[in-house]
Amino acid sequence: MTESDGSTQPMTTTRAPTREAGDAAVLLLGITKAFPGVVANDDITLALLRGEVHCLLGENGAGKSTLMNVLSGMLRPDAGRIVVDGREVEIDSPRRALELGIGMVYQHSTLIPTLTVLENLMLGAGGGLRLDVRGARARLAELAGTLGVEIDPDAVTGTLALGQQQQVEIVKALWRGSSVLILDEPTSMLTPQGVAELAKVLGGLKQHGLAVAFITHKLHEAAEMGDRVSILKQGRLVGELGPDDLRGRSHEQLQAEIVRLMFGEEAKEVADVAELEERVEGHEPRRGRGEAPLLELIHVSAAGDRGQVGIHDISLSLLPGEIMGIAGVDGNGQRELAEAIGGQRPLTAGEVRFEGRTISTLGVSRRERLGLRYVTDDRLGEGTVGSMSVALNLVLKRIGEPPFWRRGVTQRRSIEATARELVERFDVRTPGVDARVATLSGGNIQKVMLARELAFEPRAVIYSKPTYGLDVRTIKAVRARIREQAEQGVSAIVISTDLEELVDLCDRIAVLSRGRLAGVVESGPGVAQRVGELMVGQAA
Amino acid sequence: MSKVLTETFLTALVAGGLLAGVPLLLAALGESISERAGVLNIGLEGMMLLGGYVGFSGALYSGFTWVGFAAGIGAGMFVAVFMAVLCVRLGLDQIVVGIALTLAAEGLTSLLHGAILTERPRLGAVELVTIPGLSGIPVLGRSVFSQHLVVYLTLGLVIFTWWLFRSTNAGLNLRAAGDKPSALDAAGVSVVATRTWAVLATGALGGLGGAYLAIVGAGTFEPFMTNGAGFIAIVIAMLARARPFWVVVGALLIGMSLQLQTALQVASIDVPIDVVNMLPFLAVIVVLLLFGRRAYLPAALGLPYVRGSR
Ligand SMILES: Nc1ncnc2c1ncn2[C@@H]1O[C@H](COP(=O)(O)OP(=O)(O)OP(=O)(O)O)[C@@H](O)[C@H]1O
Ligand SMILES: [Mg+2]
Repeated sequence: MTESDGSTQPMTTTRAPTREAGDAAVLLLGITKAFPGVVANDDITLALLRGEVHCLLGENGAGKSTLMNVLSGMLRPDAGRIVVDGREVEIDSPRRALELGIGMVYQHSTLIPTLTVLENLMLGAGGGLRLDVRGARARLAELAGTLGVEIDPDAVTGTLALGQQQQVEIVKALWRGSSVLILDEPTSMLTPQGVAELAKVLGGLKQHGLAVAFITHKLHEAAEMGDRVSILKQGRLVGELGPDDLRGRSHEQLQAEIVRLMFGEEAKEVADVAELEERVEGHEPRRGRGEAPLLELIHVSAAGDRGQVGIHDISLSLLPGEIMGIAGVDGNGQRELAEAIGGQRPLTAGEVRFEGRTISTLGVSRRERLGLRYVTDDRLGEGTVGSMSVALNLVLKRIGEPPFWRRGVTQRRSIEATARELVERFDVRTPGVDARVATLSGGNIQKVMLARELAFEPRAVIYSKPTYGLDVRTIKAVRARIREQAEQGVSAIVISTDLEELVDLCDRIAVLSRGRLAGVVESGPGVAQRVGELMVGQAA
Repeated sequence: MSKVLTETFLTALVAGGLLAGVPLLLAALGESISERAGVLNIGLEGMMLLGGYVGFSGALYSGFTWVGFAAGIGAGMFVAVFMAVLCVRLGLDQIVVGIALTLAAEGLTSLLHGAILTERPRLGAVELVTIPGLSGIPVLGRSVFSQHLVVYLTLGLVIFTWWLFRSTNAGLNLRAAGDKPSALDAAGVSVVATRTWAVLATGALGGLGGAYLAIVGAGTFEPFMTNGAGFIAIVIAMLARARPFWVVVGALLIGMSLQLQTALQVASIDVPIDVVNMLPFLAVIVVLLLFGRRAYLPAALGLPYVRGSR
């Protein structure tokens, strides 16, 4: 695919003639990068070979994104050398990396939500003063064809579902004919079908001799898609499994081995990791306690943002201690539903009740005080304040309340003590509670948000993709925590594109399709299949 | 009421509105460029003022108005260089630096004015370009179609800027720099360079606006003569959401309300002067009430960008 388009990528002609599979496209030699209070990369040496998908795994904060950001020019290493196509190079800016044919999909979106898809793709692509709209359309059609995806060039990017945005990001990374493609957790927002499509795409790119670096937290993806797997732990490379290691073992063995490398030899913990459990086939629904529902939605409708579906006529009721899942492809009204319950989106019809009383007209903070929480999937946007400390973010929704504030005066000591306890309890990897949240790794930001919502006596929580971007062990811990709270009578609504997660957690699963409730399935044998049927039935 | 609608009054109003509106238009057009790129250029007032002083001096000593305009552009860009280095390169607070630059320009021009220009010289009337045919139309004829060359140039610049924003790579880069600089950087375009060019363009346009104010509008230079025009231009750029044609509308409306007093005097209508002086600000408030909620500002406006610092 890259070779086919010489005009848009003058680089190919100057590149070394030997472009066979198995050649090292990139060599990272002894890369070291330290941030205040933490060594993110400690003398890492890694090769990306042509025609291979190289998976990078490691717990949250292990240094995966840092290493790839060094390669893409976003970060300068403190020490180490980079060799591209056999020549030692200095990558001092993303521009340089792009010139060298290195394209990256970053962990956190680099699409500009206010621009159209086409504008996002043309950004920085050069070619004179005038925008070459026609050329860009053709290029998009070509790439979309190769990738087997369908993208509306004129859609405003911010209105697309996250899965679609992910596809645009991948197209963007390939736009200039990259020969090295870095994907930082591209699958965290994708449905299983989306992941399968991506796997196909990567297969095609391998055929064309691209070297792909692929960061993921999902062990089965590594086992299925990876030709080579490297594992980072606390900034160090602690293991590498080559094609021979991969071929010789079953997926289960492989996953167990990866987990052992990721988390060390604590055998007990290995068994504890979510993905290694027997495939869950649903459990007996633990009907919530009591007769009176805690949270009720009665014929609720709400409008969607421009270009997005709203929700129509949704009725649900949740007993105390019940966990309800919301399944469905992203962009089918999940966010609108969560915001309607959380009080961030006005209802156009219907009623939301909490303990039998209507709360439809209450604002976010009043609902908050009743114990209703909403954990957004937009951790950087509305989930945290990046420029504020971890400690302040942990008490963000308690502002003005004792013991953290007394008569309007901030009680630093009390905030920090609480924060330290939460950081410990939720295993947030941070140099300290005074570090700015934006400097944490993606998964650790997610932990901060979860800690905040789970800590202060919630009574009903709406989770939107609660475990996205978390490593397998943390996912396990978070799910356990949600269950534990359910035991104590806390109800939960879990919105996720990951059906396995829903089956594992939920007592009932509702399927949302185009803003409407397609059906509700009780947990139990065969639940995954029935939910799947509902999703397909409505989508057709 | 009938007196208000006389030809004399309307001609004076439109002509005066243009006279006062063009400097606002130039400055607001400039501001909309840097605003798109994410730089809130509070130093605009200072750029206009220095542009006015240097422009006036240039025209006075050389004897050519175009030398004056060129000098004004240079002076505006000179101030913009500080803005670019301090805010865009070094990431200092844009508001603090902007205010400091405005204060410095006010001090500097007052000082130079006092020290050098002891005898208050004036420039003669500037040469106007009259468009044949159109200038015969009542009211609009003499007010609109008989203007200094710079006015026509300004209209050309409006169209150019509109085109720049809409259909060029540079325009796309500007928007990206203002909305999400990290995305621009990741796409391989230097955020610092993009924003620096934007700030320099603002300086050039602000300086030109100031020079027009001094050379054409007043024919002389007085300390503090911009009298907040730079700040009003910032408001116009924000309300127009950095869209060139709305900038024109805003600048002319405010220009006209600034000139209402003169026009009323010309038509010898007696309205308390304080009421008239309030009009521009009333206009701003009314417009804010009508459109303020829809005001869209670039997400990264006012924020410095440092790569890799999350
Ligand atoms: N700009 C920065 N400033 C300060 N510390 C940083 C910065 N970027 C990363 N770090 C720190 O470096 C460490 C590694 O972060 P990195 O983002 O590479 O982790 P990761 O392996 O990608 O984790 P995740 O799976 O959660 O995304 C973390 O401890 C993080 O706090
Ligand atoms: Mg990461």
